Amino acid sequence: MSTFVIGYYALLIGASCLAAYFKKRQLFLLIFSLTLISFVTGIVGGVGALRFITVAAGLLALAAGVSYAFREFLIIIASDGVAKELRTAPLTAAFGMFVIFTYAIAGIFAPIIAPFGEAEVISSAFAPADENMLLGADQLGRDMFSRLIYGARNTVGLALVATSLAFILGALTGLLAATKGGWFDQLMGRVADVIMSVPSLIFALLMLSIFGTSLFVIVIIVALIYSPRVFRLTRAVAGNVVVMDYIEAAKLRGEGNWYLIRREILPNSTAPLVAEFGLEFCFVFLLIAGLSFLGLGIQPPTADWGSMVRENATLISFGELTPLIPAAAIALLTVSVNFVVDWMLFRSSGLKEV
Amino acid sequence: MVPKKDVLLEVKDLRIEGYSDEQWIEIVHGVDLTLHKGEVLGLIGESGAGKSTIGLAAMGFARDGCRISGGSIEFDGMELTTTPEGDLRALRGSRIAYVAQSAAASFNPAHRIIDQHTEAPIQYRIQKRVEAQEDAMELYHRLRLPNPDEIGFRYPHQVSGGQLQRAMTAMAMACRPDLIIFDEPTTALDVTTQIEVLAAIRDIVDQFNTAAIYITHDLAVVAQMADTIKVLLKGEEVEEAPTEQMLDAPSEDYTKSLWAVRSFKRPQKERPTEAGSIPIVSVKNVDAAYGKIKVLDDVSFDIYPGMTVAVVGESGSGKSTTARCITGLLPPTKGEIQFNGESLPPRYQDRTKDQLRQAQMIYQMADTALNPKIKISEIIGRPAQFYRGVRGAELKNRVDELLDLIELDPAKFYNRYPPELSGGQKQRVGIARALAADPSFIICDEVTSALDQLVAEGILKLLDKLQEDFNLAYMFITHDLATVRSIADEVVVMQRGKVVEQGAKDEMFTPPHHPYTDLLLSSVPEMDPNWLTTLLEERGTDSIGEAANV
Amino acid sequence: MGDILQLVLKRLGLGVVTLLVISILIFFAVELLPGDIAQAVLGQAATPETVAALREKMGLDQPAILRYFQWLGGALTGDFGVSLISGERVSEAISGRFINTLFLATYAAVIAVPISIILGVIVALLRNTLFDRVANVVTLTSISSPEFFLGYILILYLAVKTNYFPAIASLSTDMSFGELLHRTFLPALTLVLVVTAHMMRMTRAAIINLLASPYIEMARLKGVPPWKVIVKHALPNAWAPIINVVALNLAYLITGVVLVEVVFVYPGVGQLLVDAVSKRDFPIVQACCLIFAATFILLNLAADVGSILTNPRLRHPK
Repeated sequence: MSTFVIGYYALLIGASCLAAYFKKRQLFLLIFSLTLISFVTGIVGGVGALRFITVAAGLLALAAGVSYAFREFLIIIASDGVAKELRTAPLTAAFGMFVIFTYAIAGIFAPIIAPFGEAEVISSAFAPADENMLLGADQLGRDMFSRLIYGARNTVGLALVATSLAFILGALTGLLAATKGGWFDQLMGRVADVIMSVPSLIFALLMLSIFGTSLFVIVIIVALIYSPRVFRLTRAVAGNVVVMDYIEAAKLRGEGNWYLIRREILPNSTAPLVAEFGLEFCFVFLLIAGLSFLGLGIQPPTADWGSMVRENATLISFGELTPLIPAAAIALLTVSVNFVVDWMLFRSSGLKEV
Repeated sequence: MVPKKDVLLEVKDLRIEGYSDEQWIEIVHGVDLTLHKGEVLGLIGESGAGKSTIGLAAMGFARDGCRISGGSIEFDGMELTTTPEGDLRALRGSRIAYVAQSAAASFNPAHRIIDQHTEAPIQYRIQKRVEAQEDAMELYHRLRLPNPDEIGFRYPHQVSGGQLQRAMTAMAMACRPDLIIFDEPTTALDVTTQIEVLAAIRDIVDQFNTAAIYITHDLAVVAQMADTIKVLLKGEEVEEAPTEQMLDAPSEDYTKSLWAVRSFKRPQKERPTEAGSIPIVSVKNVDAAYGKIKVLDDVSFDIYPGMTVAVVGESGSGKSTTARCITGLLPPTKGEIQFNGESLPPRYQDRTKDQLRQAQMIYQMADTALNPKIKISEIIGRPAQFYRGVRGAELKNRVDELLDLIELDPAKFYNRYPPELSGGQKQRVGIARALAADPSFIICDEVTSALDQLVAEGILKLLDKLQEDFNLAYMFITHDLATVRSIADEVVVMQRGKVVEQGAKDEMFTPPHHPYTDLLLSSVPEMDPNWLTTLLEERGTDSIGEAANV
Repeated sequence: MGDILQLVLKRLGLGVVTLLVISILIFFAVELLPGDIAQAVLGQAATPETVAALREKMGLDQPAILRYFQWLGGALTGDFGVSLISGERVSEAISGRFINTLFLATYAAVIAVPISIILGVIVALLRNTLFDRVANVVTLTSISSPEFFLGYILILYLAVKTNYFPAIASLSTDMSFGELLHRTFLPALTLVLVVTAHMMRMTRAAIINLLASPYIEMARLKGVPPWKVIVKHALPNAWAPIINVVALNLAYLITGVVLVEVVFVYPGVGQLLVDAVSKRDFPIVQACCLIFAATFILLNLAADVGSILTNPRLRHPK
């Protein structure tokens, strides 16, 4: 047994004893179950597995630290009202905000941050990492790191545009349907049903096979596929508002539809709609990444995370992590947005789940 | 006094906390309570008094998001706050039972009524299934449920609300508990149904000499049921006394004010007699339907300027539907609505701005009647701006003037949002919004029924004053006859979409009546503790059974 | 019972209508193609003769409506025409692969459904504990990861580095069932990971929603023990939401399957569809889309019928 292993178990057991002593029941259960898991993995996977757990725990602690600091930072710079809300954010949400912030910086300042151009061939294919190239080269000898940074701009940008379009389309029809009711409501509901009864990826593939894979086509198709989801949610949220007496009062006053939507309904629907925008972004982002991965999304030489995974996939069979990095970048952003959305949904639902 | 050994439940300095906005806040502040065997204690208080929370605590139970934070609850020698959950569970259903407010929601839709009834006795091995079922039928008999041998084999949604409430009382009785907690068992019911349930509950509690805690906000109801009354306010006890004494001579100011509420009464006004005077609103032979279901059948009545017409009836009688026809939300299938002698277009979309302005509405739930995201100044100012084009400083003056009228300080309320206001203040804002349009006719839809009594009194007085000042005509939709007595000039009684009787108020409250009006009037609980007994004697016990079968 | 029958029939009718509308959509979407279809398929370099030949082969001289009914009639009997590229019958190209895809989805579902429902119920019971929060973070992470990310991680750690399972799910006819399960384990596991997270979260939400009902409080106040509250009082009312959760996720599997098949080079319909899309082989694209959409609609239909049949209020009408 190495000192590492002894230290490892000593730390865990010591921590669980402390937790037990201070009656932190849940913390104790967590640490102690980790200890038990470590026994098993230690026997099966040897020291390597224990080192892996240590690294993972270290990374988690690092992420927690960064999130905590970032939340405090936001609380200090934000106005009073926002700061009060931020104080309720769990660390996961703070982590999400931090990642989104980082991605935004990377995307906006991509040409400044990236050491090389997006399509610049600077070395041989699959060259390993060196002091010039942080992550090595891709299948054509382009700098992986630079392409990753540009990818933040291209992939995320495209997803944002498509989401916004889907959102405007869906939310407007949803609000109108809820306000007007009658045949318009019925018709839009049916249309949404039909579009949603085809799996989204399948629908996208069908449309792409017909219209080709230009950026414009992708944005339109993705927006079309996802707007029924926004429509349904907006319709439901607005539907709950429309039955309120204050809407009836406004209608009886003789107000027009536009006033009803703008002044009466929209201010009461923002919280769920903002959360929905986050969720919608995740779906759109994953769909576009999936299409790119299939070679049917953003076309080369534009740097894009989905296609980067596909282009470098062969490296996996040599035990290389490189192709996983753009995939991880996708996952990280989606997770982060989901964390933030999860918090917002919890806030807007109040204490329903207690 | 009753000797100490008969004490069944003794609660001392009970404190309960609720979780909101990320912290625990005390909602019950040290309440004491003593209950003897066979005694019925009435817990009375306005919303937020902590009645239900205390009732549940008597079972050692706290809802999710609540916790018992201090004090002691001793049930028959057992300290419930320290008893382990397993032992507490053994008490529930067997020795302490609970009857919830909404029977329809509290019966599991997936099981037959009798199977839910027999669950506790079988679990506690008091009876075998067959015995328990026979016992259930016996209890159904005693509670005068129709078809007692068969009704238990139905599913909850197949049985009416009043019957379900009695079935739930039977279920609570299944193990012959020492104590039953009744949590507003008749609040969701109509007055005529309420009588049957009250009578049934009182009988069965008497027969088995069961102790009970009866929770309600209705003084007249608790007067019929309880031996002792305890008044609560915001989680604290105000006073406790035997029922007779509490009704005759309450000692605390708060209690006196509760008792005094029903005293407001203004003189009845008569219809204008001079020739040529026309009603401001005239409902003429109106039929209406939701889809294929006819809900209004040949409804006609008139409302004259400056007068209040109360439309009374139970839920489903069509009184709110009539209001929807008048406002144009539900176009009548037959007949018409006249305004100042002119026929109104049936749909509100087809009415002119001026026609819409003339008739305004005040809603029952002030919470849903005011947009929570719009400032008070805009809520009140919008009608003035919309109808009259008032803007800028002039608009601000108008809003200030309206706030003064409803007795809210303009400096304080101008920039606030509805969620920051209390229920009564919100209702006042609702009134101001209606006034802002300079109407001549206002529909008041149960405007006081969601409010605590003192606040409701204030609203009624305000409405009365405004009527004098602006010569407003009111259509007052209500199921509460006390309100009718205090403010109405004329009364329209509705039942199942038809007008059964109408006339001047004083006539309506003096016999002879239409049989339904009679039933309705006599069913409204009175403060007299002997009211229920007297009424049942008058009607004869059979009438309850009959009414139950309706 | 009349009410139920009527509702079920109504729902079935709606399903058939939706399917028809979808078939129209799938068929006529191709007609939207700008310019001449044959020309578009063959590209600019094609000679007029080859274009004309293709037009003839696709029956383009007939009106679209007529071709739609021919196509639909063929589809109903399993005949989807001929591939534009290989000339193979579409039905032959699809049938074997469809069984493979079904096998993979079933494999994943058999593992995922019981695990996720049990875990979902447990998490609902332990709500607001540390365990619940950890489960929340883990499931969110799993949902947020693209299928190919999970797939490649599994390949890297369970195939390349450790050699526990093959990285490429190649199938042959003479494999034993055990061998088959072993070879397709990684793609199935990828699907399981994604779907389990979804299903767990939805089951949790459905159960928590239910536990807030007054009749559950009533049961607790009657002294019913916690396990019995769940089994006897919550579960009979939870079937409808659970059936919906399962159906929705099985439907989700269909979409996931396409990406996973590509990652593991699995010979299923998904692969075929992706190839056909890049080659613009419309008969195959249309057939695959119709099959996927039909499965999706059927699952949703089954869920709705299931919830109607388990609704106590409908089962025992007034």
